[in-house]
Amino acid sequence: MNFLTNLISGLSLGSVYAIIALGYTMVYGISKMLNFAHGDIIMIGGYMSFIMSMYVGMNGWLALLVAIVICTILGITIERLAYRPLRGTGSLAVLITAIGVSYFLQNIALLIWGANPKMFTSLFKGMSPIHAAGGKLTITPESIFTILANIVIMLCLTLFVSKTKAGKAMRAVSEDNGAAQLMGINVNQSISLTFAIGSGLAAVAGVLMCSAYPVLIPTTGAMPGIKAFTAAVFGGIGSIPGAMIGGLILGIIEIFSRAYISTELADAIVFGCLILVLLVRPTGLLGKKVHEKV
Amino acid sequence: MAERILKSVSVRALKGAKRGGQYRKEAMIAYGILIAGYILLQLGAATGIIGRNLQGQFVPICVYMALAISLNLVVGISGELSLGHAGFMAAGAFTGVVVTRVLEKSLSFAPARLIIALIAAALVAALAGFIIGIPILGLRGDYLAIVTLAFGEIIRNFMNVIYFGLNEKGHLVFSFNHAIDGIEDANRVITGPIGATGTTQIATFTGAMLLTAFTLFVVLNIKNSKQGRAIMAIRDNRIAGESIGLDVKKYKLMAFVVSAALAGMAGCMFGQNYSTLAPVKFNFNTSVLILVFVVLGGIGNIWGSMIAAALLTILPEALRQFSDYRMLTYAVVLIVVMICTYNPAIKARIGAVWSKINPFRKRSKDNSGSSGKKGKEAA
Amino acid sequence: MADNKEKENAVYEYSDSGHGYENRQEIYYNDNVGGRAVFVDSKEQYEADEPYNDEVYLPEKDRGKAPILQVNGLGIDFGGLTAVDNFNLTLGRTEIGGLIGPNGAGKTTIFNMLTKVYEPTRGDIIFDGKSTKGMSTVDINKAGMARTFQNIRLFDKLTVEENIKVALHHTTNYGLIDGMLHTPKYRHEEFRIRKEAMKYLKIFGMTKTADYRAGSLPYGAQRRLEIMRALATKPKLLLLDEPAAGMNPSETAELMDTIKEIRDRFQIAVFLIEHDMSLVMGICEGIVVLNYGRTIAKGSASEIQSNPKVIEAYLGKSRGKMEEEKHENLEEALSKGRLASAPSGKPDAGKEAE
Repeated sequence: MNFLTNLISGLSLGSVYAIIALGYTMVYGISKMLNFAHGDIIMIGGYMSFIMSMYVGMNGWLALLVAIVICTILGITIERLAYRPLRGTGSLAVLITAIGVSYFLQNIALLIWGANPKMFTSLFKGMSPIHAAGGKLTITPESIFTILANIVIMLCLTLFVSKTKAGKAMRAVSEDNGAAQLMGINVNQSISLTFAIGSGLAAVAGVLMCSAYPVLIPTTGAMPGIKAFTAAVFGGIGSIPGAMIGGLILGIIEIFSRAYISTELADAIVFGCLILVLLVRPTGLLGKKVHEKV
Repeated sequence: MAERILKSVSVRALKGAKRGGQYRKEAMIAYGILIAGYILLQLGAATGIIGRNLQGQFVPICVYMALAISLNLVVGISGELSLGHAGFMAAGAFTGVVVTRVLEKSLSFAPARLIIALIAAALVAALAGFIIGIPILGLRGDYLAIVTLAFGEIIRNFMNVIYFGLNEKGHLVFSFNHAIDGIEDANRVITGPIGATGTTQIATFTGAMLLTAFTLFVVLNIKNSKQGRAIMAIRDNRIAGESIGLDVKKYKLMAFVVSAALAGMAGCMFGQNYSTLAPVKFNFNTSVLILVFVVLGGIGNIWGSMIAAALLTILPEALRQFSDYRMLTYAVVLIVVMICTYNPAIKARIGAVWSKINPFRKRSKDNSGSSGKKGKEAA
Repeated sequence: MADNKEKENAVYEYSDSGHGYENRQEIYYNDNVGGRAVFVDSKEQYEADEPYNDEVYLPEKDRGKAPILQVNGLGIDFGGLTAVDNFNLTLGRTEIGGLIGPNGAGKTTIFNMLTKVYEPTRGDIIFDGKSTKGMSTVDINKAGMARTFQNIRLFDKLTVEENIKVALHHTTNYGLIDGMLHTPKYRHEEFRIRKEAMKYLKIFGMTKTADYRAGSLPYGAQRRLEIMRALATKPKLLLLDEPAAGMNPSETAELMDTIKEIRDRFQIAVFLIEHDMSLVMGICEGIVVLNYGRTIAKGSASEIQSNPKVIEAYLGKSRGKMEEEKHENLEEALSKGRLASAPSGKPDAGKEAE
């Protein structure tokens, strides 16, 4: 039963990674940049939801909605102010700028909310865990909702990208920016939309993560951000189902190595698995192989 | 016949591209910065202009300069993004600490101890670089970046579960994943997450400066050798490199291993500057910090990255008066500088203003020095 | 007309109904341009009827010597699509060979297979007496084959001189330690290869540009630099992929002289892809024509010029007498080198080719 409990918490953690990784993967797909500030948007989402429910007194779900809206606006603003001026100048310059944005968000949070950890109230406070198998197996409502949210988001995004006009435009831009522009697609709008969706998802991930691990500090988002990035690469960066699979596998590996091998070495094992996967499949599990034309 | 054609081509277009004696110029600027910096800082410290706080930053400044130079070998010269440089720094730092502690009793002459530690650190870091490099160099671009990040984290993670101590006979004892029992605190060398403790600080400003000079010497020399040319050729065009018989993996690995060894030496110097040093110091943020030096200095521009390293190490100290706002200011400065140096429109405007106020203005505009110069002619 | 017939017999051609080129087969049947049409229904029949006797195409001076390159039944598929099929070639030790054909015919793909950028699906390549099976691009170069690229691939941020020095890498004799510490051995070798690099630059008279960044050179100079770089690896066979692309007629004429000079001076073979007919007809001793990945003609310049299949491949098939007349004019035009399927057709090139 211990195994099942671990599996479920692994799936739950993996779902959080997957939701964050979706944002990473979409942004990477469309603008070919590693948005290192993405993890910090999770943190901002967490704080926003915290503020809204604690100080403004909103209902948890309403607070989540507000957090999503604020993060969406934040994401669009960051793209507009920090990344757009550097579009087309090579990925390194944007990467460093993203790191600057990440420092900026962390330090703003530090300035406003201080370094003391905030105890986040779970979104699912009133609900009681499900006990199964004669009390041996406990499933928290956080786990259930996180896993469900992941599945719903994944389905919605896949439909959005394949069926809607805006989604197709996004795909076109990520395939060939210049050609898309010639076909009359508004590239700026598509990129903004991608950042909006990614940041909104980050807010969701932030609230779900803080519900399960309720300590909120300015660097809360940093490590999950890196892990989610790893998950996105694991699944094949640029691929939406890849991000989900990568996130889930990573979450399970992490929980299992914590439980059965060593707490200290859990991160090393996670990263070790990433390296092994990339050795066998250099572009991740579902990544496309790119041929260079000679 | 070609001269005739070339004459007909706009000579001015070619002037901008000329880079004769470029290596000599680059080397002179880089060594000049080092010597001038050393003299200025020593004078400042002697006359008391530079305060105690900043004097404490002298060794880290040199170390970060050396790290920036060594990372430039991978990022600038080899053209691969590495996000795990702090891992090699950690490997070197802890190797150095262990070596100096073991030698402390038998070898009382500190510089000799330091040199042996530096060599050991270079070897261990090079080995780490080799082990990491072999599997990953088949990867490209961002995939290689994420794997270097992963390896950096793995090295740091391992440092968290490594324990070294000296037993009563003065012999080194090692333990993995659990603390060593029966050793006095004073005899602990490396204690898992707490890191190195009880290190005698033998790093000096002069020593650190010499190490930086050595790093500079090696990297500049490689850049201007057949190995460096091969590495840069592969960076510029992998397929053409293969077509003239260059072994791509060999030269990428060479750049990676040499860079790791140099980072290990810098890390060793860093470790000898503090009596206690926790592995958390070598996390992803440190790797990023070194990368920031390289990118801000102009990718591939070695003296640029040295200046960036020095300024960005001093900046947080200088911003101390802003206390709470200092890291925020740092972040804003970073973003603004990146946009100003890389956005083509803003860069052009700054260039135009600069050419008006530049007192050393030449008659023909020569922009060959800027390493930010990108883009080839439209084919 | 009688002449034509003879030449026709020397031309290999076939159409392969099994690969979805039905309409092309029709072309062969309806052929009414150059007299008797020679066509073969299937690959099998082609192979049975015609053994590989490519050596008949070797230039006089190279006969008797072992050919530098021998290609038998070379082919490659990309995900079910056959890009090149049954390509055969024999190239003499000091021959200048040409590979022509419309855009997308598979010419560059053949170069990529020869240099192992792509691994061929079928067939063997015997280079200098040895099969290249299992060799990598690097091995191929070390064995003595060097190439240039259709879309120029220079080391843009290195100087012109450095571009040559990189190509001299394997003859530069010092190790990593020498390179790191700049030992006397390093200095001696660097001095030597600098002189050697200048020697190569002199071939195209580019010594004055030695210190410029390769990426900033004008287009024509970049093409020449790429040839010199390939040459500096001391090849036995030089593959040139559209060396004259983007050059004006006088530059092309100079290039022709230089290619011949390179061949004579270094005694190597040259195999080139080119759309500029004045260059191909002017210097190539043997020419292979490719269309849709298949060889449609082989022979000397004059044989190729009058070959109806070639005209067809470039201009499409004709019907009726009017067209026949028109074709004769075009045939003439082709022989004068006025036709290039590349958009950069050069109307004045004809005179220089004569």
